[in-house]
Amino acid sequence: MSELNTSPETKQSLHDWLVSDAPTSRRQAKLSSYYRAWLTLKSNPMAMFGLAILAALLFIAAFAPWLAPADPFEQDLAARLLPPGEGGYIFGSDSLGRDILSRLMYGSRITLYIVGLVALMAPIVGLFVGTAAGYLGGWVDVVLMRITDIFLAFPRLVLALAFVSALGAGIENAVLAIVLTAWPPYARIARAETLTIRNADFIHAIKLQGAGAMRIITRHIWPLCISSLVIRVTLDMAGIILTAAGLGFLGLGAQPPSPEWGAMISAGRKFILDHWWVVTMPGLAIFTVSLAFNLLGDGLRDVLDPKKNK
Amino acid sequence: MTKGAGIELELENVCVWFGEGDTRVDAVIDASLSVKKGGSFGLVGESGSGKSTVLRAITGLAPDWSGKITVLGEVLGETRTSNFYSKVQMVFQDPYASLHPRQTIDHVLSESLHLHSFPDPDKRIVKILDDVGLSQSFRFRYPHQLSGGQRQRVAIARALVIEPEILLLDEPTSALDVSVQAEILNLLTDLQAERSLTYLMVSHDLAVVGHMCSEIAVMNQGEIVELLDVKDMRSLKANHPYTQQLLEASVQRRRVG
Amino acid sequence: MTHLLEVKNLSVNFPTRNGVVEAVRNISFSLGKERLGIVGESGSGKSITGRAILRLIKKPGILTADYIKLEGQDLLKLSEREMRGVRGHKISMVMQDPKFSLNPVMRIGDQICEAYQLHARVSRKEAVKKTIEMLEAVLIRDPERVFKAYPHEMSGGMGQRIMIAMMLIPDPQILIADEPTSALDVTVQKEVLEIMDKLVRERGMGLIFISHDLNVVSAFCDRVLIMYAGRIVETCRADKLSEAKHPYTQGLLKSMPQLERRVDRLEILQRDEAWRTAPSISGIVDVEQA
Repeated sequence: MSELNTSPETKQSLHDWLVSDAPTSRRQAKLSSYYRAWLTLKSNPMAMFGLAILAALLFIAAFAPWLAPADPFEQDLAARLLPPGEGGYIFGSDSLGRDILSRLMYGSRITLYIVGLVALMAPIVGLFVGTAAGYLGGWVDVVLMRITDIFLAFPRLVLALAFVSALGAGIENAVLAIVLTAWPPYARIARAETLTIRNADFIHAIKLQGAGAMRIITRHIWPLCISSLVIRVTLDMAGIILTAAGLGFLGLGAQPPSPEWGAMISAGRKFILDHWWVVTMPGLAIFTVSLAFNLLGDGLRDVLDPKKNK
Repeated sequence: MTKGAGIELELENVCVWFGEGDTRVDAVIDASLSVKKGGSFGLVGESGSGKSTVLRAITGLAPDWSGKITVLGEVLGETRTSNFYSKVQMVFQDPYASLHPRQTIDHVLSESLHLHSFPDPDKRIVKILDDVGLSQSFRFRYPHQLSGGQRQRVAIARALVIEPEILLLDEPTSALDVSVQAEILNLLTDLQAERSLTYLMVSHDLAVVGHMCSEIAVMNQGEIVELLDVKDMRSLKANHPYTQQLLEASVQRRRVG
Repeated sequence: MTHLLEVKNLSVNFPTRNGVVEAVRNISFSLGKERLGIVGESGSGKSITGRAILRLIKKPGILTADYIKLEGQDLLKLSEREMRGVRGHKISMVMQDPKFSLNPVMRIGDQICEAYQLHARVSRKEAVKKTIEMLEAVLIRDPERVFKAYPHEMSGGMGQRIMIAMMLIPDPQILIADEPTSALDVTVQKEVLEIMDKLVRERGMGLIFISHDLNVVSAFCDRVLIMYAGRIVETCRADKLSEAKHPYTQGLLKSMPQLERRVDRLEILQRDEAWRTAPSISGIVDVEQA
């Protein structure tokens, strides 16, 4: 968190400029609204805690080669399955004598990669489908929502499994599979939001200015839907990480020797009774990041919920 | 020139309904009225009388209607053209609901100008803010930073910035305090004089309509039950029993006690 | 005899990021068996005053007062639990929109019965009987049918009558009505006011009538407090409201369009900074008068 918020707080004049009630330019108005959102978020300690963990995760992922004490792929069969703290392995070593801490650090890159791609793709697909269905109504709505229902009807992991086995195992295909199963709920949310927004007076007003459907959807409805999607995405993040880990665990996501967290748990399951740390450490990593996303999501809900900004 | 010299807006036997078959609700039944150029016409009635629906039918927000609506000599069809919207604009009842919560005043006004391809948007925004009595410091604010009266001024600015000829007013002051109502009504009076606008105003408040309009139609349950002159209304001369009831209720509120 | 209610130096503050908002500042008033109107524009603190009497100020709002005495008992000294016994039982409140005050998935009769049984230990049968009586008292023609109906089946005027019935059934000493007729049409407004007036008179209750509408208040109340920026700027007899002296009250009266008289321009209220800072006028009247 310290990386993110040093600048505005230190300068009182900048703070004043940002909270000014009478901005003098478009830029100031925009920055000021972001800054206020940030102040609200900052007053929520749990959300800040989540944000701090995620910032730390980002930092670790970015600087893994410098931070990691060892090479994540280097095997040392003499130092197999050492418990935490022994032989310089802080989190212990796995069945091939690789440093678990280093593997977790490098693994955070894969986790962020998967999470980032899914978080970018699924809500956007959902946003397109949901707002179009909600605003246009009629047969467009019927067709789009039935397609959504079909996707919703499949159990998530099973659909992802089928997809990955068809396309072949690998991180990219795992991401695609998760996106394919993750977008329908976003479409539903976007549609529900659109249905309430489309009858608001401000949408009528812009219609009376002569704006077309495309413009109304993209410029007037999207900005209001996005906030609820962002909240939902952060809350879903935990599920996405777990699905990715699940695919990894089943051997359909990242392939060995890649240090993906789910794959690490999968590889360690043989030793779970005698060498608990092999499974527990990546499990803790998944747990911490999921929790962080959830806390942040809860905080973002307070900041972004358009119904609260009255 | 058009027929019926100086008639800008004319409704003949307009019916508006919602739903189909069993669920069909007739909101407006056989309404006819005409508004002269530069005139102010008032539609009064209680909630559910269909008065706002008339405005929605004119603007195309109520899709199911029959009859004939003529605006500036042109008979309206199924869809409204951009040209129609450049001539007819509307101010909504609730200034808290009629402005996009995530757009600054500047954004709202420049989008209107952009949609109708006006040159010099900057100059026009500065001028319209002046005209509706908002200082330039409001230009980059968000709606939640404004009071109800200020929002309604923005809504009026948005409607007028593209220089329409007809302004439809849907209870423009019913959500505002009386002192703010006075400011907005005065503003509307001034703008009408400056820009020779034609007003069609909907309200439940007889005093407000009486102040603004010269001709009044009273609506009850979807029908126009009486057309009367403002002078008759002021002297409480009404023929239809419903109009009399309305007038009595409005006057009595002050006289009891 | 004492006042039903006496409020001394009531203040309500809301701390925000940009400083403290003083919604109500040091106001004092009393209520006897009368109809007391509180008028003011939005943001004048009139609604918050109503809620403050019931100690219904949500966090982070801060309520302070020397005392809020209900028949000599200081409400500020009661525990939250005891306070719940006061709300609805001794002091009831009717809000602006009945739609938000009634539970949409519960039959109207059941809601009224429940409200009654919360405060009076009576059998269900007795509660039903009393409810029907109460619905009759608010001039509902077919009380049995309304008893079984759901709130969405009712019009606004009916909804407000039902609210009044529900609030008056435990026989409270004071009714606080916050803009009870603002959402209603003029013709319906009159009926609802008449019903409320009749019941309040018959039962010898005190009524606090909060409204933005000077016409309604002057026609309906006995005494009026005029609030501006969290203070009472003037108090007068309701029927003498048109002769009010404070420039704010006068300005409000003048800014209203009149049906019978045409003016070219409405007078605009010129706000004076001094009104904000001037001390609040006391709305306490001598006991003998009641």
